[in-house]
Amino acid sequence: MIEVSNLTKKFGSTISLDSVSVSFKEGDHVALMGPNGAGKTTLIRLILGHYNPDSGKVLIDGLNPIKNRVEVLQHISFVPQLPPPIKLSLDELINYVVVSSGVKKQDIYHYAKEMELELIPNLTKSFFKLSGGMKQKLLIAISLAKKSGITIYDEPTANLDPKARENFYRLLQDGRTEKISLFVTHRIDELKKIINRQIYMDLGKIVSDEQV
Amino acid sequence: MNNLLLVAFLDLKESIRAKWFLVYALVFGGLIALFFIAGVTQSQVMGFSGLSRLLLMYIQVTIVILPIFILITTVRSISGDRDNHILEYMLSFPISLKQYYWGKIIGRFITVFSPVFLAMLIAVIYGVTKGAAIPWDIFILYTGLLLALSSSFLGIAFFVSSVVKSSEVALGLAFFIWIFLLSFIDIALISLMMQNRFNEEMIIAIAMTNPMEVFRVAAISLFDPELTVMGPVAFYILDSMKQSVFIFFSIAYPVVLGLVFATFGYIVFKKRDLV
Repeated sequence: MIEVSNLTKKFGSTISLDSVSVSFKEGDHVALMGPNGAGKTTLIRLILGHYNPDSGKVLIDGLNPIKNRVEVLQHISFVPQLPPPIKLSLDELINYVVVSSGVKKQDIYHYAKEMELELIPNLTKSFFKLSGGMKQKLLIAISLAKKSGITIYDEPTANLDPKARENFYRLLQDGRTEKISLFVTHRIDELKKIINRQIYMDLGKIVSDEQV
Repeated sequence: MNNLLLVAFLDLKESIRAKWFLVYALVFGGLIALFFIAGVTQSQVMGFSGLSRLLLMYIQVTIVILPIFILITTVRSISGDRDNHILEYMLSFPISLKQYYWGKIIGRFITVFSPVFLAMLIAVIYGVTKGAAIPWDIFILYTGLLLALSSSFLGIAFFVSSVVKSSEVALGLAFFIWIFLLSFIDIALISLMMQNRFNEEMIIAIAMTNPMEVFRVAAISLFDPELTVMGPVAFYILDSMKQSVFIFFSIAYPVVLGLVFATFGYIVFKKRDLV
């Protein structure tokens, strides 16, 4: 369970998140929507423990994601909007995930295959040299292989072609169990079959929160 | 493999593949090759000859180029990863900030120390094949000094990398630190401070806080202390301090300095936003 209470995050004089309170329980599959600068990404970065809040708190299964980052991140999978320019080879990146998170290598291979990403011929290539779509497919495969209780996707299909998107949504539906999924998205139509809750944010606040 | 070693190992592999590492290794390897080609081992100037002279020349050049190489290649380590969102992704896995930060430092230390040490080792091995006597005392001292100098500048670089938000600023600051410390070696230090009528104890104290100056003085400490060769600060230090005490200080101080800066860098890294 994710509990966010009176959470505020400022950058200089700009308030990015303004005293937000919200909770997500098992079985919640949530679309986080809103215009650019609404505070969606700030909220997920606070949940991941990447930002220190100015006030308020985030608890994940009762744990603070900054003080207990290792325990908390054991149970979270994350895919960013833009794949970062990681210079490790695919094999090294997979090794990083396997060793740090206890993910099975064959699970990553399995989901990569499901996403129609050929891993074997590309294992020695640097991650940043892959095409945008290939990078995103690998990050999605890693997130699914981690089998976390919480999955956070920040515009995960931005670089994917229609076929890859279809594969992604199919895999999400297959694995849609009693866990929490948060999707930062502008394409609500594509997620209709997956989400059961829709939150709209603007100017750092939650404007609407409804079950769908 | 634990996470600390995992991060160190991956950083090492990534650095070795980088173009800067190739240039870095070629510069130090090339220096040694150049000294042999130029016949440095055969020359006898101011009492130094053979491998001793070669190692002394190598270490004198290293004083200038090793710190700047370490600074410019390392200051972007954390700040660059923060800039381009690599930290955001890599630290979304259950790795503690301590393991990530110190793992990066260990990996980078091996990367920067290995080429300078190996170049020196190759010089010694090549010298032996040519029949030269090995100056073990100099070789061991210089190994310690290179290790100490690498530690201090690596610590400073990681501190800068953690403190600044942008990698461009980190790079600018790296150049400033290098120029500042370089200009406070010996002559510039003396002339500037004499002009302002500082007393000599203060000049020496300032000189001894500069890891580049400490490195330089220690590097020539095994030879006869002659003012014309060493310069006034080195001469004064070696004249007033026991050689063994100064050698211990010249290795311990930069290592401690590097660790202190790296620790402050870690405290800042831990407290700041990761993105």
